[in-house]
Amino acid sequence: MKDIQTQTDSDTVTAATESEAMVRLEDVRKIYEMGSEQVHALAGVSVEFGSGSFWAIMGPSGSGKSTMLNLLGCLDRPTSGRYILSGQDVSRLEDDDLSQIRLTYLGFVFQSFNLIAQLTVRENIELPLFYLGWESRESAKRALELATQVGLEDRLGHRPAELSGGQQQRVAIARALANDPHVILADEPTGNLDSSTGEHIMELLRDLNKQGKTIVIVTHEPEVARWAHHRLHMHDGLIDRID
Amino acid sequence: MNLHRFLRLVRLGIKTLLLHKLRSMLTMLGVVFGVGSVIAMLAVGTGASEEAQEQIRRLGSQNIIINSVQPQEDQSVERVRMSIYGLTYDDERRINETIPSVSRIVPAKLIPSDARVGGRQMELRIVGTTPGWFDLVERELLAGRRLQESDMTGNSNVCVLTERSARRLLATEEVLGNRIRVGANYYEVVGIIRSESGGAAGGVQTPDQEIDAYIPMTTARERFGDIVVRSREGSRERSRVELHQMVVEVDHIDNVQSTALAIENMLERFHRREDYRVSVPLALLRQAEATQRTFNIVLGSIAGISLLVGGIGIMNIMLASVTERTREIGIRRAIGARRSQIVGQFLIETIVLSSTGGLIGIAFGVTIPQIIEYFAGMPTIVPFYAIALSLGISVAVGIIFGLYPAIRAAKLDPIVALRYE
Ligand SMILES: Nc1ncnc2c1ncn2[C@@H]1O[C@H](COP(=O)(O)OP(=O)(O)O)[C@@H](O)[C@H]1O
Ligand SMILES: [Mg+2]
Repeated sequence: MKDIQTQTDSDTVTAATESEAMVRLEDVRKIYEMGSEQVHALAGVSVEFGSGSFWAIMGPSGSGKSTMLNLLGCLDRPTSGRYILSGQDVSRLEDDDLSQIRLTYLGFVFQSFNLIAQLTVRENIELPLFYLGWESRESAKRALELATQVGLEDRLGHRPAELSGGQQQRVAIARALANDPHVILADEPTGNLDSSTGEHIMELLRDLNKQGKTIVIVTHEPEVARWAHHRLHMHDGLIDRID
Repeated sequence: MNLHRFLRLVRLGIKTLLLHKLRSMLTMLGVVFGVGSVIAMLAVGTGASEEAQEQIRRLGSQNIIINSVQPQEDQSVERVRMSIYGLTYDDERRINETIPSVSRIVPAKLIPSDARVGGRQMELRIVGTTPGWFDLVERELLAGRRLQESDMTGNSNVCVLTERSARRLLATEEVLGNRIRVGANYYEVVGIIRSESGGAAGGVQTPDQEIDAYIPMTTARERFGDIVVRSREGSRERSRVELHQMVVEVDHIDNVQSTALAIENMLERFHRREDYRVSVPLALLRQAEATQRTFNIVLGSIAGISLLVGGIGIMNIMLASVTERTREIGIRRAIGARRSQIVGQFLIETIVLSSTGGLIGIAFGVTIPQIIEYFAGMPTIVPFYAIALSLGISVAVGIIFGLYPAIRAAKLDPIVALRYE
């Protein structure tokens, strides 16, 4: 693959794409203090994800995959290093600014769907729009569009509990798309689904990627990781290799 | 935050609270009781104080009322003996001349009598007094005129009736110019006043009664003298009283207490027996106010405690709710809600809860005084400000007790919150 240049001098691995980098981590470390002990969840990671690329982060349990995804998702700040998202250094932003970044640039898909049980499908999809301050009519229109895109236009009034796992995950994807994010981050999106349903979800993500979204998923399943263009293998808080 | 988003948050809050209807209702109870008792308290307090004010107005707040009182021992002795007691013409003169703060004094002879007009008959209270009576005891003149100086100098046989006396005696006939007979004499009716004798005010009878007929003092002295003969239980009871009542007007409201004291000292010097009573409407008002204050403090504390308990109840439930909804908070934060928006969401929920409780409390608070009025006969008035105040208090309770749970919710780390089971 021509768009990856692997550089193995020192302890960093850098991947650059032809197009402008959407995500760039520069020697990012995340250290947790556990009493007197320090856990280096990320021990110095440098990597670039190009705009419109599709990545899978893989690795054994405890290798730092979730930590990395949380950092990419601006849910957390690195202990040191820089994180450039869409040209903006977001590694030292205040909490409110991080919220704004998440609201504008990012969409999340979780293993356990994380829909709000009390809200209907439509209200769940509208959630980001609510925080973006959309008018309710516009918002409802957009929710219908998104539901149609994931094939759930006839389920708008349902509660999450009335849907199957695969349908719930599609709602979650619709919600992640509501704010038209640059990057979609998915932590084990198929982890709670059977393999054929999981496949449908991956198809959906692939379609979104084709429409230009940058997608990063965490998975330990090679069949799932195969959908991505690039696989980033983590080990003990470091990037082991990229293929 | 614009109005549109605020309203959506309110709607969200209501929706969330409706998910747990029973819990929400129980949570509101404290505020309901608190607000209900605040309003009921103010309604009873305001009613009582308005009534006291009204009573004092009827008595005259700048007046001191002195009544002759037949001493106990005179009431039980031989009926043949004459009971001599009470206020004298000299008392009137002395008070008027020696106490500078007294601006006016109106004497009255009160003589229970039978009055007749044609075949109709009625028990009246003849009040022999001076024209000044009508200045000190301000009563609405319904027809004709009041007593005047020329009535006094001419010892005229004229009278002013109360509305009720006039109606009883002269029913359908022309009242003014008509004559009523008392004893052997006829009195021409020259005026009618409205009586405001509404029972005893704080233990003091108003100077006027509904069965009054006012005649000039001079006429009363000439026709009735100072000896009153009354038939009681078959025997005749005679008493000699110069003046039954004096209404003293004080020049300034600040001098009422001291003037009353001066009058008491003076009467004490000239009377061997305590055959009089000095009543100060203003003092009664002050006393009523003091009682009212105590009452307010007690009820206010009860209301305050219920609101505090209610607030703590709300806080408790909201803390539980925050824990229960940890994951929801994590989801909202991940999507991009700022901490302040989470605070807003939870705060609005508690405010909706507490102000709904407040509204129900207001409904109770308006109803309870009606019940009190109906069963206890106490006058009550729900002042408008009480309702505004209660709404304010319930919103404040929501903010004060909702803030901590809301901040707790907002402080949750989104990563931890998302993992919460
Ligand atoms: N909040 C935390 N506090 C302390 N240690 C943590 C925390 N989060 C993760 N870790 C540690 O960091 C390392 C990487 O964790 P994580 O990123 O969750 O790995 P993975 O998702 O690959 O299983 C692990 O050793 C984990 O125990
Ligand atoms: Mg993990």
